[in-house]
Amino acid sequence: MSDLNNRLSPAAGTDAALREIKPEILERMLEQMMTIRAFEEKAEELYALGKVHGTMHLSIGQEATAVGASNALRETDYLLNHHRGHGHLIAWGSDVNKMMAEFLGKETGYCRGRGGSMHIADVSKNNLGANGIVAGGLPLAVGVGLSIKMRKTDQVVMVIFGDGATNEGAFHESLNMASIWDLPVVYLLENNQYAMSMSVKRAFKIERLSDRACAYGIPGVTVDGNDPIAVYQAVSEAAERARRREGPTLVESVTYRWRGHSKSDRQAYRTREEVKEWMARDPIPTFGARLGKSEEEMARLRAEAVKRIEEAVAFAEASPEPDVSTIEDGVYA
Amino acid sequence: MREITYAEAVREALRQAMEADDRVFLIGEDVGVYGGAFGVSAGLVDQFGTERIIDTPISEAGIAGAITGAAMTGMRPVGEIQFMDFVTLSMEQLVLQAAKIRYMFGGKATVPFVLRMPGGAGTGAAAQHSESLESWFVHVPGLKVVAPSTPYDAKGLLLAAIQDDNPVIFVEHKLLYKQKGPVPEEMYTIPLGQSNVVRQGQHLTVVATSVMVSRALEAGMQLAEEGIELEVIDPRTLKPMDCGPIVESVKKTGRLLVVHEAVRTGGFGGEIVASVAESEAFDYLEAPIRRLAARDIPVPYNKKLEAAMIPQIEDIVAEARRLVKGEY
Repeated sequence: MSDLNNRLSPAAGTDAALREIKPEILERMLEQMMTIRAFEEKAEELYALGKVHGTMHLSIGQEATAVGASNALRETDYLLNHHRGHGHLIAWGSDVNKMMAEFLGKETGYCRGRGGSMHIADVSKNNLGANGIVAGGLPLAVGVGLSIKMRKTDQVVMVIFGDGATNEGAFHESLNMASIWDLPVVYLLENNQYAMSMSVKRAFKIERLSDRACAYGIPGVTVDGNDPIAVYQAVSEAAERARRREGPTLVESVTYRWRGHSKSDRQAYRTREEVKEWMARDPIPTFGARLGKSEEEMARLRAEAVKRIEEAVAFAEASPEPDVSTIEDGVYA
Repeated sequence: MREITYAEAVREALRQAMEADDRVFLIGEDVGVYGGAFGVSAGLVDQFGTERIIDTPISEAGIAGAITGAAMTGMRPVGEIQFMDFVTLSMEQLVLQAAKIRYMFGGKATVPFVLRMPGGAGTGAAAQHSESLESWFVHVPGLKVVAPSTPYDAKGLLLAAIQDDNPVIFVEHKLLYKQKGPVPEEMYTIPLGQSNVVRQGQHLTVVATSVMVSRALEAGMQLAEEGIELEVIDPRTLKPMDCGPIVESVKKTGRLLVVHEAVRTGGFGGEIVASVAESEAFDYLEAPIRRLAARDIPVPYNKKLEAAMIPQIEDIVAEARRLVKGEY
């Protein structure tokens, strides 16, 4: 972590940048970070209670990246994200009731219980879905960008993927195609340091993953992914560039996954000290302090987030399961 | 009626679909000024420009992703994979994304695209440019699979596939591209999922796909001189397959021969055979059901070996004769 500052693009996330963001957006980002944390902690608890059929990938510790990125875009823009996606969706404005219902496999969930935690989508809100395949969303982003360009709208598509996806072949094909055609794509590389157990230190020969942008002739920036202002600023600039039809940008947001990869991870690949060091940089109190929030205000916000999530659980638990007679619905249009 | 080639029929369908609907575009390797590896899209870029006839880098996963993402957001793309073999590089996007998006998202997304690709051997292109992989896609819920055998079907099925709201794998055949046949000039569609009885006869039902349809018809002409009448059925759409006419035919003839170019094991023929065996036609069978398919080997380069791998007209004649005469 000590070498992180050397990798960051200069001037990202400064106080001057903070002052340029509307106060209501700052407030919303903090609230959303609280909601994400509460959602993830509840998901973990429900799982421990045996109430969840499938798996989950928790984004605790990565909240700043999610809120900084989504809030930099417009409602008319598109989102493609990845399996560790609860946070992105909450930041996108998704309904936590429908998210929790999907997590519990209920008919009232975003995907009628067919998708689960890994595949939450809300096409009506331009959320084109979380992807269970590492780098699976990257080629799709080319198509969405192409569609925007051909329909001549001022939309942008943001595709969020991890450090693991950055070593898939699809990463190369996607960035190359988007760059040669100047497509309005924001590539948000959420570097949480581990692809399951594979450390970025072992999986890359380069330190700044955004350096790969130069291979495509596009800008690449690396920002502190635990600072929502830095992420907001970088994604805003990338989105503006995309809207000007100048093409894609690769934004690397360096953060850290506090929990294991999924439900069964003994985390033998990293030390407790390393995890503790990152937990000491908890993005939520850090951001709260930057906004000048008192302990009491933070406690109130946290309590409100927990209450929202309790209500979501109540909604989900009271919701019906899908009827088996509908099992073949939606295979074909 | 005017006669044009299979390649011209595909091109005419593309042109008419693009003229009729701004959302339709063509994307693939060398589809622009080059006109496609087999000349199918020749001249289209002059009419529609490089914005709608899009040359891509050599990026098959990228092409599959591009049509999927564009289809999800309001376009109706047609992709081209230069040789069916290369679709192996697109499989993740097709099988895990395009095919599953609608169901996985609770039926709330639509992925209306067509991905065209020429399959088949017979051109001396050897093992990596001659594959017939259609049954891979038949095995994936969410995809439709179409394999036209004539210029008329190629145009009508392609126009129907472009209008369909699902991802459609459209399997063309290299040996058919230069084959001529009657094709109406106006736009028309042939509904997906309808078999076609292309020859009527009472002695043996032959279900053949793609290039094997014309071989089965030629075999039928030869056998007619011996008094053996084949009934030849072309499913045209492999998924969803219209088994009704096949079952009815087998009830009439009591015999079934399935012919396809793909290798035998795991080939689409097994699905046809199983569907008939499970149906009421089972009680009408007077002979074992037989399959004629390629040998289970990679496609060899040598012309003699290549021909020996794949069912030819004389193979169909011999197999049909044996079945009808009870010499199995």
